[in-house]
Amino acid sequence: MSDLSVLYDAPGPRAKTRNILYTVLFVVVMALVVWWVLAIMADKGQLAGEKWLPFVEDSRVWTTFILPGLLNTLKAAALAILIALPFGVLLGVGRLSDHRWVRAPAGAVVEFFRAIPVLLLMLFANQAYAQFSDIDPETRPLFAVVTGLVLYNASVIAEVVRAGVLSLPYGQTDAAKAIGMRKGQTMSYVLLPQAVTVMLPALVSQLVVIVKDTALGGAMLGFPELLSRVQSITANYGANTIAAFTVVALIFVLVNFALTSVAHRLESRARRSRKGTGAVIGEDPGSDVAVPVIPEQPTGDGAAVKKGAD
Amino acid sequence: MFDFLDLERYDLLGAFWVTVQLTVYSAIGSLIWGTVLAAMRVSPVPLMRAFGTAYVNIMRNTPLTVIIVATSLGLWQTLGVTLAGGTFDDIGFRLAVLGFVAYTATFVCESIRSGINTVPVGQAEAARALGLSFTQVLRLIVLPQAFRAVVAPLANVLIALTKNTTVAATIGVSEAALLMKEMVENESQAIFLVFAVFAFGFILLTLPTGLLLGWVSKRVAVKR
Repeated sequence: MSDLSVLYDAPGPRAKTRNILYTVLFVVVMALVVWWVLAIMADKGQLAGEKWLPFVEDSRVWTTFILPGLLNTLKAAALAILIALPFGVLLGVGRLSDHRWVRAPAGAVVEFFRAIPVLLLMLFANQAYAQFSDIDPETRPLFAVVTGLVLYNASVIAEVVRAGVLSLPYGQTDAAKAIGMRKGQTMSYVLLPQAVTVMLPALVSQLVVIVKDTALGGAMLGFPELLSRVQSITANYGANTIAAFTVVALIFVLVNFALTSVAHRLESRARRSRKGTGAVIGEDPGSDVAVPVIPEQPTGDGAAVKKGAD
Repeated sequence: MFDFLDLERYDLLGAFWVTVQLTVYSAIGSLIWGTVLAAMRVSPVPLMRAFGTAYVNIMRNTPLTVIIVATSLGLWQTLGVTLAGGTFDDIGFRLAVLGFVAYTATFVCESIRSGINTVPVGQAEAARALGLSFTQVLRLIVLPQAFRAVVAPLANVLIALTKNTTVAATIGVSEAALLMKEMVENESQAIFLVFAVFAFGFILLTLPTGLLLGWVSKRVAVKR
């Protein structure tokens, strides 16, 4: 039921008038809400031109506050995904091992770190670095943020890798065995390369989660990323809180929206591709974390696994 | 060994109780708002569809931390919205719930929409053939089946929400993460134990939710 217009008939004359009525009502309600919000903002002086103009007129807002903040956000996110990827692959492959003494610890680590809020990991890492290492207090928040993100996301990526490998038809393993490959060879030459195409959309979606979570470091650990710039801007440009939040949120939305579009494009390309199995591990639409959903094995050869399509 | 756990000084159970309350209120609110959003996104009125899509895309791509901090610094400190006033703690708590509902509802909406996708087309076609209107099709035929299919995805949303409530610490709501921050700073000789206690607390909250709702989702699933 992907085409949701199946839920209602093509509108006739009565339905058309009714739809117009609903539209008008909706516009009125929205207009009231917007007017109410603007009235409150005007009342508190947040609509005044000088609160918003710096973002257009004064390039120093961008060069001293916003862009360095955005750079820190992206730096932490990039470090986190680059470090988390190898760990995630190791844990994911570990969970698929034939040996219980590898599978069980890998599973325990993955389930443990997935069950814990990433903020707790950051707070703990921050304090641990303060006590047991001589990392410069200036850069410690970055280390803490990246550590927290790596611990959490490595376990999420492990699940994505596992789901990706499990989504491949069993014939691939059989064929690899038939030509005499060992287990390690099967994994690294046959299964993982194919799983990468399947997992790519989910990995990019996870990058969105990572970018969003860096903001926690700004709010709790004093990591100078984009969100934490709000306070510096309002301190320098006359309490323009609403304007500053709007601009910062907009930048986050744009960055994440770009990433999401890339993920969607990768997903539809993988679905169309004739080479692969057609199975794609997309983002779990309802979740904040990338999928632990393992698609069903394709039945019969060439049968594509379609998720959610009906 | 556990002498760092001075329950007179640190209200551990109280902090986790606040976490539970945040989760429950936000879950109820986002379930309602998320269902409304999902209905908008599939409705025959183009403007409502556009609004639903825009809201979901914007909210999902904004960090939760930005939303929560904005409710406190923006809504409360700047615009003076206190949601019926009260003490500092009450206002912070209600603003946090507001932020969580606004954010989590988008994930609820997307889950329900994917649940609607699992209902066979024939169901809606048959309903329309009987002459049911859009609201009747949705209310009597599609949503009851969709809800049964989305218990598992919604369980994931609920677990993510439970973990996300820690973000309320950024605006000083005295829940588990804020207490942990205080404790790792004060009890520096036992930070591993402090972390273990809080980690255990969250596992205790999320694990039964997952198991229980996983069982429920199997029970109520529509057999096809």
